[in-house]
Amino acid sequence: MTAIGATAGATGIRVTRRTLAGVLALAAVVIFALLHGQWTLPHNDDYDLFRTLNGVRDWVDQNRTLLEPIRLAIAGLVSLFDDILASLGWPGVIAAAAATGVAFGSVRLGLLAGFGFGSLGALGLWDPSMATLAMVLAAVLLALLIGIPLGVLAGRSARVQAVLSPVLDFMQIMPAMAYLTPITLLFLIGVAPASVATLIFAIPAAIRITALGIREVSTTTVEAARSLGATDNQVLRKVLLPLSRRALGLAVNQTIMLALSMVVITSLIGAPGLGRNLQRELSKVNVGGAFDAGIAIVILAIMLDRLTAAVAEWLDPRERAARTRPGGRLVTVALPVAIIVVGLAAPALVDATKFPDTLLFSFRDPVNAAVGWFTGTFQPATLAFKDAATIIVLNPLETVLVQAPVWLVGAALMTVAWFTSGRRAAVVVGACAALIVGLGLWEHSMQTMANVVLGTLLTLAIGLVIGILSARNDRFRAFLRPFLDMAQTLPAFVYLIPALALFNPTRFTAIVAAVIYALPPVIRLVDVGIRSVPPAVVEASTASGATEAQLLWKVQLPMSRQALLLAANQGIVMVLSMVVIGALVGAGALGYDVITGFAQGKDFGKGLAAGLAIVLLGILLDRITQGAGGTRREGAANAG
Amino acid sequence: MTAQFPAPAPDLAPAAQTHAAAVGGGKSAISVKGLWKIFGPGEKKIIGTPLAELSRDELRVATGSNVAVRDVSFDVNPGEVFVVMGLSGSGKSTLIRCLTRLIEPTAGEVLLDGEDIGKASMARLRDLRRHRFSMVFQHFGLLPHRRVIDNVAFGLEIRGEAKKGRRDRAAELLSLVGLDGQADRYPDQLSGGMQQRVGLARALAVDPAVMFFDEPFSALDPLIRRDMQNEVIRLHNEVGKTMIFITHDLAEALKLGDHVAIMRNGAIVQIGRPEEIVGAPADDYVADFVQDVPKSYVLTLGWIMREVRPGDPLDGPEFPRSTIIRTAVHVAAETDRPIKVVDGGKLVGMVDRVQILAAIAGFEPGSAA
Ligand SMILES: Nc1ncnc2c1ncn2[C@@H]1O[C@H](COP(=O)(O)OP(=O)(O)OP(=O)(O)O)[C@@H](O)[C@H]1O
Ligand SMILES: [Mg+2]
Repeated sequence: MTAIGATAGATGIRVTRRTLAGVLALAAVVIFALLHGQWTLPHNDDYDLFRTLNGVRDWVDQNRTLLEPIRLAIAGLVSLFDDILASLGWPGVIAAAAATGVAFGSVRLGLLAGFGFGSLGALGLWDPSMATLAMVLAAVLLALLIGIPLGVLAGRSARVQAVLSPVLDFMQIMPAMAYLTPITLLFLIGVAPASVATLIFAIPAAIRITALGIREVSTTTVEAARSLGATDNQVLRKVLLPLSRRALGLAVNQTIMLALSMVVITSLIGAPGLGRNLQRELSKVNVGGAFDAGIAIVILAIMLDRLTAAVAEWLDPRERAARTRPGGRLVTVALPVAIIVVGLAAPALVDATKFPDTLLFSFRDPVNAAVGWFTGTFQPATLAFKDAATIIVLNPLETVLVQAPVWLVGAALMTVAWFTSGRRAAVVVGACAALIVGLGLWEHSMQTMANVVLGTLLTLAIGLVIGILSARNDRFRAFLRPFLDMAQTLPAFVYLIPALALFNPTRFTAIVAAVIYALPPVIRLVDVGIRSVPPAVVEASTASGATEAQLLWKVQLPMSRQALLLAANQGIVMVLSMVVIGALVGAGALGYDVITGFAQGKDFGKGLAAGLAIVLLGILLDRITQGAGGTRREGAANAG
Repeated sequence: MTAQFPAPAPDLAPAAQTHAAAVGGGKSAISVKGLWKIFGPGEKKIIGTPLAELSRDELRVATGSNVAVRDVSFDVNPGEVFVVMGLSGSGKSTLIRCLTRLIEPTAGEVLLDGEDIGKASMARLRDLRRHRFSMVFQHFGLLPHRRVIDNVAFGLEIRGEAKKGRRDRAAELLSLVGLDGQADRYPDQLSGGMQQRVGLARALAVDPAVMFFDEPFSALDPLIRRDMQNEVIRLHNEVGKTMIFITHDLAEALKLGDHVAIMRNGAIVQIGRPEEIVGAPADDYVADFVQDVPKSYVLTLGWIMREVRPGDPLDGPEFPRSTIIRTAVHVAAETDRPIKVVDGGKLVGMVDRVQILAAIAGFEPGSAA
């Protein structure tokens, strides 16, 4: 009886909630109709706070004594790697890569690494590739030096974990664009701030994976060591670290991947290398040129991924024991040594500082030709689509958000948060909105938000369709898998290139890139959500005569609600981070404010405020989509 | 509540005396007094208050704390196998870990050869663990990235012995536990039974005075388990260590234990020799446990004999009172005389065929006569 009473009660509440939502929505529409254009906050470039922040920068500029040593040390580390790579010369670097592949992996991997690195030179991008490599190595080294000890601490102590976890959550939802300006405030422009930004982006994964590895070590094994009288130090060195070796290998590997995905953004604050090339080509709308630089970054990513994975595997003595390699020591030792000797001797014969012109190869022209053909054929259609979406959805949405009274938008956001995620979320959302107003960036934030909303809706709509198909059809899923796998290892900015080719530089381009970027995890989550509905439930529904469609709408989708919410949550945060990067290909608003902040001294304050506004917007969107009970991102470590 | 000892019935005299001597004589290998372990907030504050009288569930509801070990006291004689047995969750693992302070006890005293472990500094404790104790775990706890030989040598490595010496010692132990030729394999290439032999060798390698076993064979198949039990008996005979052995398997407890302690909800409900547990269960809980044990395999003639009546024929076979019933069965079957039970050459009782049959059929000892 009580159960029935409770159900009736719940239904009663749902009805009133729904009615309430309807009434509130109607009220909002009425208020908007009556009051639009009033209580708005049009953008003002001379807002007081921006000037105050300029003043802060000037003050920091005059008091750099504490910061300078750090900056110089980091820059020194990068140039150390630069020098090492330069002194090896291109034959030396290629030889080192090939030798590493042969020694730790296989002859095939050695060949792959040799050709991979060689192709960087063949693309005519040797110098920028090495600049990128040096910076990535320096940033990764620092990230691991800090991240692994922190991860070990977090893995061993529940308290450290509890303190660190929300900080890492926050770092992972924070779009990289948001912290560039504060970093330049502290470390100026150049490789040092670029390394720091890379480090901040990559370190949460290093910490998380290490902590996870440490925590996964069997407690009995640790106890056995303690029962034999091992000190804490011995437990760490002889048990925990060796047993989490795989996790540590993965941490190194992921840190490198994340670092590589930062190379384009960091080029905005002075990182040299491939990122700068790519950004330059993008700004010239030279898709072929951008393609070359993009391919070079992807090649570098694949090479470093494979090589670190091989080394990590080799570190496991069981793997080493199980593996019998044809040729034995001749291949694992003598061949790599021979390769390195050849590489180091090469400067006697060829110019090691400059990759030979005769080997050059570029995708620029073929890609540009293909893009030319493609756009010639399809651009009428894509542009029409873009215009339609812009006129029908984007512009009205933006107008509504910008033209509505600020308090109405704030109240609406809080109400939505309250409905989806509860009272506490509503309070956080209200506070974020108020702070954005205080930052003087309301209008730009609303424009960015309109982009994010459209991008998220598109992502969810497409993701839902593909996800459902994939959940219902094993063959489609198998077909999709390699694409999803690849998409998750590609650095985010790569998606700007095709989007640019299709839609020219506009806001919409950024939205499309964001959709491509955020789709794979959303598809995965939808697929997993639907597939994890227990087969017994599906069977029971089918047995009671449900059609396929009823099964989907009445059983599978409602039961995977949690996964769908998580998809919305992940999607929205990823779309935001991409929409702000989209400033590189014509999106305006907050992302553009950040970029002009680096370019022009007088706009620094605005850029800094825009960075903060991005963070606030991120928190706001995250809370709204968090759902009741606060679904936390489990797979966040590989969402970068 | 302290551990209850069975009321010493007159015919238990020898066994009870042995144990009493150990308890009273102060020369036990391990002596535990009033040991408590409470998991949860404010663990120290509970003991000595009325809260400590609450049952486990009541306390959990009242304070959110969980009593894992409740006022446990016992003594272990040097060189004996002391078995702690109880159902899952009765606190056995917690108890054994409190003895070496792998878990810090909440209250109570643990003496090892008279030394108070509770008062030992961290350094002293480590020293004890390196030289005096060692432990074998249910899930082995081997290091998967090390070869078998280096696993066995691990304790020696921890205490800083040179590589050559510890390898030699480890090789010796590997052959002691029957793992010759496996030195260079990795643990996950071995069967469960072999892995536990490695665990056993690792524990023996440091030549400890006391060995702790936490359900070491629970994860093994029945046949392998029997092998391993015999292995422990053999090793015990060969190396003569004091052993504290935890199990939830009564047959294993009776087979291995010189003394057996039965735990329930954190407290010890009975301690005694195996035949005391089987012959005189302290309460229904223990009685329930032992009801399926074949009595004739555990009880001695002392348990079933009757007093000597005038006119008993005295030309029958003669056995010491500590003889397990089963071993007297075939002799009893071949004669129609009653068996004479002697103790130190003195006639103390008689056993008729009726009593033997009753024991085999599983009647309570008292009801046979
Ligand atoms: N670290 C801990 N924190 C809180 N409670 C614990 C902890 N360890 C054990 N307990 C509780 O203490 C009680 C005794 O657990 P213990 O592991 O000692 O039982 P056990 O007799 O060894 O059981 P098993 O046969 O399953 O190994 C259980 O109720 C358990 O839930
Ligand atoms: Mg246990």
